[in-house]
Amino acid sequence: MEAIRKATVIGSGVMGAGIAAQFANAGIPVLLLDIVPEGASNRNVLAEGAIAKMLKTEPAPFMSARAAKLVTPGNIDDHLAQVAECDWIVEAIIERLDLKQALYRKLDAVRRPGTAVSSNTSTIPLHLLTEGMSAEFQRDFLITHFFNPPRYMRLLEIVTSPATDPQLADTVANFADEKLGKSIVRCKDSPGFIANRLGVYWLQVGVIEAIDAKLDVEDADQAISKPLGIPKTGVFGLIDLVGLDLMPHINASLAKALPAGDAFHVANRDLPLITKMIADGNTGRKGKGGFYRLNRDGGGKAKETIDLLSGDYRPERKRDRPELAAAGKNLRAFLSGDGVLARYTWRVLGQTLAYAASLIPEAAEDVNSIDEAMRLGYNWRWGPFELIDKLGAGWLADKLAADNLPVPALLRAASDKTFYRFEGSQRQYLGVDGAYHEAQRPAGVLMLEDIKRASKPVLKNGSASVWDLGDGVLCFEFTSKSNSLDDQIMALLGKSIGLVQEKYKALVVYNEGQHFSVGANLGLALFAANIAAWSEIEKLIAAGQQTYKALKYAPFPVVSAPAGMALGGGCEILLHSDAVQAHAESYIGLVECGVGVVPGWGGCKEMLSRWQTSGLLPRGPMPAVAKVFETVSTATVSKSAAEAKEHLFLKPSDGITMNRYRLLADAKALALKLADGYVPPHPVDLKLPGVAGKLALTMAADSFHKRGIATDHDVVVAGELAEVLSGGPADLVDVVNEEQLLTLERASFMRLLKTDATLARIEHMLVTGKPLRN
Amino acid sequence: MQIYNAPLRDMRFVMHELHDSASLAKLPGLEDATPDLLDSVLEEAAKFITATLLPLNASGDAEGCHYDNGVVRTPKGFKEAYKAFTEGGWGALSSAPEYGGQGLPESASKLVEEMICACNLAFGLYPGLSHGAYLALKSHGSPELKDLYLPKLVNGIWAGTMCLTESHCGTDLGLLRTKAAPQADGSYKLNGSKIFISAGEHDLAENIIHLVLARLPDAPPGVKGISLFVVPKYLPRADGTVGPANGVSCAGIEHKMGIKASATCQINFNDATGWLVGEPHKGMRAMFVMMNSERLSVGTQGLGVGEVAYQSAVAYAKERLQGRSLAGAKHPEKPADPIIVHPDVRRMLMTMRAYNEGCRALGVWVANALDRMERLGDSKERTEAEDFVALMTPIVKALFTDLGFESANLGVQTFGGHGFIVDHGMEQFVRDSRIAMIYEGTNGVQALDLVGRKMPANMGRSLRRFFHPVSAFIDANGADPAVGPLIQSFARNFGALQLATAFIAQKSLSDPEEAGAASTDYLRMFGMVALGYMWIRAAKVASEKLPSAVGEDAEFYKAKLATARFFIERLLPPAGALLYVIKAGKAPVMGLEEAAF
Repeated sequence: MEAIRKATVIGSGVMGAGIAAQFANAGIPVLLLDIVPEGASNRNVLAEGAIAKMLKTEPAPFMSARAAKLVTPGNIDDHLAQVAECDWIVEAIIERLDLKQALYRKLDAVRRPGTAVSSNTSTIPLHLLTEGMSAEFQRDFLITHFFNPPRYMRLLEIVTSPATDPQLADTVANFADEKLGKSIVRCKDSPGFIANRLGVYWLQVGVIEAIDAKLDVEDADQAISKPLGIPKTGVFGLIDLVGLDLMPHINASLAKALPAGDAFHVANRDLPLITKMIADGNTGRKGKGGFYRLNRDGGGKAKETIDLLSGDYRPERKRDRPELAAAGKNLRAFLSGDGVLARYTWRVLGQTLAYAASLIPEAAEDVNSIDEAMRLGYNWRWGPFELIDKLGAGWLADKLAADNLPVPALLRAASDKTFYRFEGSQRQYLGVDGAYHEAQRPAGVLMLEDIKRASKPVLKNGSASVWDLGDGVLCFEFTSKSNSLDDQIMALLGKSIGLVQEKYKALVVYNEGQHFSVGANLGLALFAANIAAWSEIEKLIAAGQQTYKALKYAPFPVVSAPAGMALGGGCEILLHSDAVQAHAESYIGLVECGVGVVPGWGGCKEMLSRWQTSGLLPRGPMPAVAKVFETVSTATVSKSAAEAKEHLFLKPSDGITMNRYRLLADAKALALKLADGYVPPHPVDLKLPGVAGKLALTMAADSFHKRGIATDHDVVVAGELAEVLSGGPADLVDVVNEEQLLTLERASFMRLLKTDATLARIEHMLVTGKPLRN
Repeated sequence: MQIYNAPLRDMRFVMHELHDSASLAKLPGLEDATPDLLDSVLEEAAKFITATLLPLNASGDAEGCHYDNGVVRTPKGFKEAYKAFTEGGWGALSSAPEYGGQGLPESASKLVEEMICACNLAFGLYPGLSHGAYLALKSHGSPELKDLYLPKLVNGIWAGTMCLTESHCGTDLGLLRTKAAPQADGSYKLNGSKIFISAGEHDLAENIIHLVLARLPDAPPGVKGISLFVVPKYLPRADGTVGPANGVSCAGIEHKMGIKASATCQINFNDATGWLVGEPHKGMRAMFVMMNSERLSVGTQGLGVGEVAYQSAVAYAKERLQGRSLAGAKHPEKPADPIIVHPDVRRMLMTMRAYNEGCRALGVWVANALDRMERLGDSKERTEAEDFVALMTPIVKALFTDLGFESANLGVQTFGGHGFIVDHGMEQFVRDSRIAMIYEGTNGVQALDLVGRKMPANMGRSLRRFFHPVSAFIDANGADPAVGPLIQSFARNFGALQLATAFIAQKSLSDPEEAGAASTDYLRMFGMVALGYMWIRAAKVASEKLPSAVGEDAEFYKAKLATARFFIERLLPPAGALLYVIKAGKAPVMGLEEAAF
């Protein structure tokens, strides 16, 4: 098997359907098959229903409407023969060995030999799945364990057997990496593989220790979260999310499969509270409630929490725990404390880390695999061994011993070392052999993180840095909080333009923050507005406009490479780039109206110019203006890079990278491709409708206001947006140049910023993170 | 001689011409507070206060309070004055009518307080403390406590105190130790010792109602474990008459620099019976409700002393003949010219005058906002008023008391040697005004409050209530032919304040000590720019009214314009230059190691 051009997913439950959607997101046609329910008139009803449901699910499994069309629903009775056209068959049916094997036998009869077959099982060992199957089947078989939801969770655990064809496994792994965007962790054929084996143990310990310590659920979740780099759902919040009813099943299946003497057996005790909660239908967020619930009795919305001892709901009590803030700074000191919360955190973390160390080599080849599995499978900021390095392996071993807890051999062996170290810029990890090994990135991956470790910035100030990517390409990195844009970024961007022009070939705008950029630094803007520093603010707007314009017309290519959110000013920098190489999970939009202003750094100008030259709209000045007005006035944000193309936040020719780790390499390659014979773009003059056009737009806004869809201030903001987009006082046939549009953007921005309603919106956004509808 | 005539013309100007007093009458409960009524209240107050309290100022200072075996006597004449004062209702101007108060606006009340403080600061503390106790009880007391205590605190038959400080804790109340033990009947037994209790014990009223901060047995440590209690000197009977003595005693009074006629007491509580005010452990919240009003009142003390010092100095400078004018004799018929001809004496007098009139204008601006904040329902306008009051309170308290002390000092300086001796009463102003910079939160604490709390709150939202009207006024009037140039001069200093504000906000994000190092200079700068704003607005009003004014009015507006010019051109620039001081950052302040001191 050389390439994967078409795939089949069998089983249209949440996981199977989600996996099929991700194939489609990658542009791969995929067959989604399920059984024919007894007596069904529509024999494809399960797969069709799954697709229909996914089109309504949030967060959406599909990245675009077009992707959904690549999934063909079917059933295993009528359509199984079609798997012969497929290069990879993913089985994601119910976790029953007999049913899986029966399906495999049918598959083996119709599939092309040499096509990959994988199971998405999370509990059944590979050697049992292939027991008694043909040698060809065993050669082509592996486990590919996706995490829920498959589009968004980046971890893919792969298990192979000695019989598996290594080349076939590599083809699947490479495809999953490059096309499905997954990070591959190879696991041994052991129960629960890596992430769930450790994750389930961690949750179980988190629950029993909290019950033993008579803790409040809120306190426990505050402790086992932020201070440890674990998502804020903590232990109980996560179980609510996953579903309490799953816990006994998963625990039982793990307990059955794990050898006697495994620490899991000690933690796996019956919990009457959870049995009762499940019996009461309190199975978590999908049920009536979980450890937390919203009590809507009497029309109210009271936040309530389970009392772990009585099993009754009581009002939520979230208390400030100042000791936890200190824990974030010095975890070891906190864990050494004798407070109830410190003690609990230590018991949970200590046992979890010890368990992680005991999984090598039984479940994982090396520490790196376990860390990556927990980072990507459970969204931990640091993997267990990175946490151990923070604490000191020796310290941890001693403290475990002092608590009469077992100390794994690996921890003892590492007691005077760290699990990770750097030889120069090369990251190394400690192997079970006691020697350090290089932690290799997959081939072709380029990470700014590595470059930063190996070199010094070419330019740097308080909010941005510039790095040399080699081959004449520089990388501009935002380093401010949430990568928000400020005067320093504009200043360094200006400087970078000069530097590239002088000595380099191209510039890539990229960073490895969670979000590319959330836009202009609103806190700074609000404070400046509060002290009426109007001329300073207008200077900043003008500087941004001129910097972005200089970027656009620079004599070298600029490629921006966003991942996560690229909002407001972060979107405008994309609009001014020659090309964008976007991560598939890019959420792009001009959201300025949400905080009561209009795009002021050329966003209105660029969007108008894109739509007027797109050829997608009827002729004349008005259609493009109306289109941009609709997109910007509603603060539309694309839910994927694919969708961003529909709004023209991205151009049809812009690239999309599925794997986050491969984004920079792709962006650099694109920049170098453009650098060859690069010619800067020509300024575009725009024909805008002027006063008459503005009137049409404001009438539309007024009618929304009358219908209660638009708020009072929405109308004011829309009025200013209309003023800019229609070209201000222009006449119907006037040609408006870029400078004139920038002046209009600036004037409208400043007028809006001087209103109390806009300032209230900005303040509300900063304080609550949500838009104010005033 | 201590000379005082209440500046009624300026008070009217500030209330009606500079700030729109008519809009106050639109607030709920202030329907009757017409400009005419306010004018007549101030006129009557001026007559009564000047006649009753000014004569007792120097004598009270000379005599001081007497302590004998737990009993405190006020100086001669105070008892009679207090009786007349309370019978006239002068201590209850802004108190609620439902408890016997007159329900007048804060502005009128503060202007009357200014007169009281000018005439007799020490006397003013007795009714002042009662009003503080009234505010705390009114905002957080139970209906039973309010009905029992408030009417008598308002009519002055009973007096009040605020018992916060203990020997080891003043600014940091989190350390306090006085204990309150709950009793079966719902009352509490208090035990502990308080110091620096103004009006803690005296012979002016039939009962003294102490509001005491103490800890309950289950109190968390620090300021979050403090509760507020009402503890009367005599336990009231159900019918409101005075009953048996409570376990409250005065162990002594302080000997101090100034306000000698005010009894500053050490108060011991020995199993004293008290009642909880507000919620357990939320005592600081109850205290802070009255803090805005109280801090404005302390600022008013600075202004009052500044005014009497100014008037006394003017009288002396016109009489005292020494030397000749540098420009040649102005009064050749006399053996020498009065010292008012000298530019440096003028500088001192103009400084005092500009400070006083500026502070009066700013004080009424804030007092009006206090009325809106207290009387409006939930609304954008009320939030704006709250933001403004929160922002300006530390400025009014610290700036007014700093400037009042400066004016008292300039008053002494104008008198020369005659100011230094006791006979003319000028040195008393220096001593009396000194305490206002210290109590109710030292001026250093006020400055920290401004940069540490008020400035960053809600991303600087409170600042908007000052900076936006100022910026808009400059934009609207910068080209005014009459006062435009003055406004342009002011605008430069306003710009410096904007830069200083942004500088501190940014610096202190990464290092709170930066804000601390800049705080006092920043408060001074902010306060002086705020006075500058009052002055350019006053100048604008005066310039518009002068052409049609005649007689005394014309003289008044001319004087306004001249004083505005003095403030903007002579007093404001050094404040603007504080930008350079602030920009030096904390390094020069904190550079020396602690051990090197």
